[in-house]
Amino acid sequence: MFGYIIRRLISGALVLLVVSIAVFALFFYGPSDPALAYCPETRCTPARLDTIRTSLGLDEPAPAQYAKYMKEIATGGSFELGAISINCPAPCLGVSFKFREPVREMLQERFPATLSIALGGATIFLTVGVSMGILAARRRGTASDKGIVGISLLINAIPYYLLALLAYLFLISQWGIFPESGYYGPFEDGPIAWIKGMLLAWIVIGLAYSTQYARFSRGSMIESLNEDYVRTARAKGLNERQVTMRHGLRAAIVPVVTIFGLDFAYLLAGTIFTERIFGIQGIGLTALDAIGNKDLPIISATVLISATFIVIANLVVDVVYSVIDPRVRLS
Amino acid sequence: MTENILHEQTRAGGSTSGNDPFLVVDNLTVKFPTADGIVQAVTDLSYSLEQGRTLGIVGESGSGKSVSSMAIMGLHDYKRTQMSGSIKVGGREVVGLSNNQMQSIRGDDVAMIFQDPLTALHPFYSIGKQISEAYLAHHDVSKSKARAKAIEMLDRVGIPQARSRVDDYPHQFSGGMRQRAMIAMALVNDPKLLIADEPTTALDVTVQAQILDLLQELQREFNSAIIIITHDLGVVAEMADEVLVMYGGRCVEHGPTKELLTHPEMPYTWGLLSSVPDVSGDPNARLIPIPGNPPSLLDPPSGCSFHPRCAHKDKVPGNLCSTELPELLPGVRGPQHLKRCHLADSASIYEAEVLPEIAPDIVELIRNDGDDTPTAPEAR
Repeated sequence: MFGYIIRRLISGALVLLVVSIAVFALFFYGPSDPALAYCPETRCTPARLDTIRTSLGLDEPAPAQYAKYMKEIATGGSFELGAISINCPAPCLGVSFKFREPVREMLQERFPATLSIALGGATIFLTVGVSMGILAARRRGTASDKGIVGISLLINAIPYYLLALLAYLFLISQWGIFPESGYYGPFEDGPIAWIKGMLLAWIVIGLAYSTQYARFSRGSMIESLNEDYVRTARAKGLNERQVTMRHGLRAAIVPVVTIFGLDFAYLLAGTIFTERIFGIQGIGLTALDAIGNKDLPIISATVLISATFIVIANLVVDVVYSVIDPRVRLS
Repeated sequence: MTENILHEQTRAGGSTSGNDPFLVVDNLTVKFPTADGIVQAVTDLSYSLEQGRTLGIVGESGSGKSVSSMAIMGLHDYKRTQMSGSIKVGGREVVGLSNNQMQSIRGDDVAMIFQDPLTALHPFYSIGKQISEAYLAHHDVSKSKARAKAIEMLDRVGIPQARSRVDDYPHQFSGGMRQRAMIAMALVNDPKLLIADEPTTALDVTVQAQILDLLQELQREFNSAIIIITHDLGVVAEMADEVLVMYGGRCVEHGPTKELLTHPEMPYTWGLLSSVPDVSGDPNARLIPIPGNPPSLLDPPSGCSFHPRCAHKDKVPGNLCSTELPELLPGVRGPQHLKRCHLADSASIYEAEVLPEIAPDIVELIRNDGDDTPTAPEAR
């Protein structure tokens, strides 16, 4: 198993390498010129543009810049931007064009907000979604089953940003049922402030995601409740709770783990709508701003980080598989 | 082995044991409402079984043999099943009990072995855990005691090195070992009735024999009653004291094994006997299939449900077979042997028309010896 994890990590690193090259290539050979964004429109002369390019380090050929970028990740480096010199310790993901700050430090500062959204949201959608799915599967064909599936489809039909926006506008701005949202550090500002600021974002994410988990785990559960081993469990004289949870759910949870792994990785990579609507300064919002500012170092760093999360999530999912299902041998 | 069978069958022959039957099924009818109408899976089934005795239930797929046995355990879908009649397990009426009320009976008084042990065992739990779980469901003991019990049972059913194999998962066992583990799980609570639903169908032939031997051995040890559901008359001949033949949800013939296999009185049973390959006979001999298809339970045939496939219905006067359902009544051979058939002289038809086709060598033998007990190949 240890060897397997090492091999998977190496192949994951190769994936990340390819991703980073692709991001660089898109940026450099794409139609937009980042230097233009930092050149005041009215007084933009070719000479000035060249100065900006030089100061951003964009004058060198792309492969050389990529090599420099990789080297800085490993060893760190220092940047001369105009008159200021910025020290960027390893692993250095470059310095933001706009904010003149090392990107890694910026993202590190904003990651707790995104992590908070992901953890709280996932806790809600996983528990609500899976328990609704189990309930619907056990009461298959009854009114409660139809209700759960119907409501889930209804919520799913509303675009997520609309749901989040309406929730914010009515529940916070208009009626004030929920406290004003925003990120407060659970350690710095206390857990109460943290929960208050996050609450509605969690609920909205939890609700929106739980719909697909409910339908997915319902299907998976119906399948496993029809298995012979569930009949065996009942024939042993186990009670319905043991039959459902120990024997049915254990098998039904396997496909749920797969989509959960990926969903959680996506959440960690930043939830743009949630962060924007609820005013939470996280990775998603940072990435969104960076795209507007053509801030290459931030864009490539966020893409790289998302890719890392997805690679790790896949590995974790496979390891979890082997824990749940003894027939799966990692090799 | 042969001695055992003889022993069992003599006991079956002189069947006046003073016990009250442990299982009494009386007029059991099971219906499933479906989108296409009501499926009547079992109709008016009655039988009883004493401890230490074995009943073989024989029939095609869809004849109601599994459904009727699931009903004893309450393993049917409660919402989608209508049941009437009576099933008494150890004197307790179980028809009408709720799913929860059945829990104390399932696995404790009545246990079940299923057809395919690979799908019937949970792939994610170790064999030992699955057996001790069954024990813990009915005994208030520590987990380590239950585990010790699981090891003891695995040892008892002939798993080598039970102590080290107890933590194996089902996929690490061979097919025969899985079925042994399944039997260990069923017997862990010392049930008084064991229902074996096609216990050897998924196994290869040599393993089949071992499993059947094991079941007989354990039956003698635990004195449990066994219902063995099968379509294999060879299994019935080896295991059962009594045979109940089901067709279209009804019992069509019922009697002591040797009696029923040597003097079958219902054309469907003849058909079953004809379609069994005879290992000792001519390997090129043609098997004689029963023509036609099993009846639809949604829209069963009028009269005797076997009449559309019956080769002998012309011998009954006045179209009786297609108009009137025959009663399950004693035939010419005494009150123990019941048949549901209008044929008056079935014995002579069997000897004259059926037996020469399915076992010409035996007919030859009888003619030479002047012995009047023709024996179907499976019962030898």
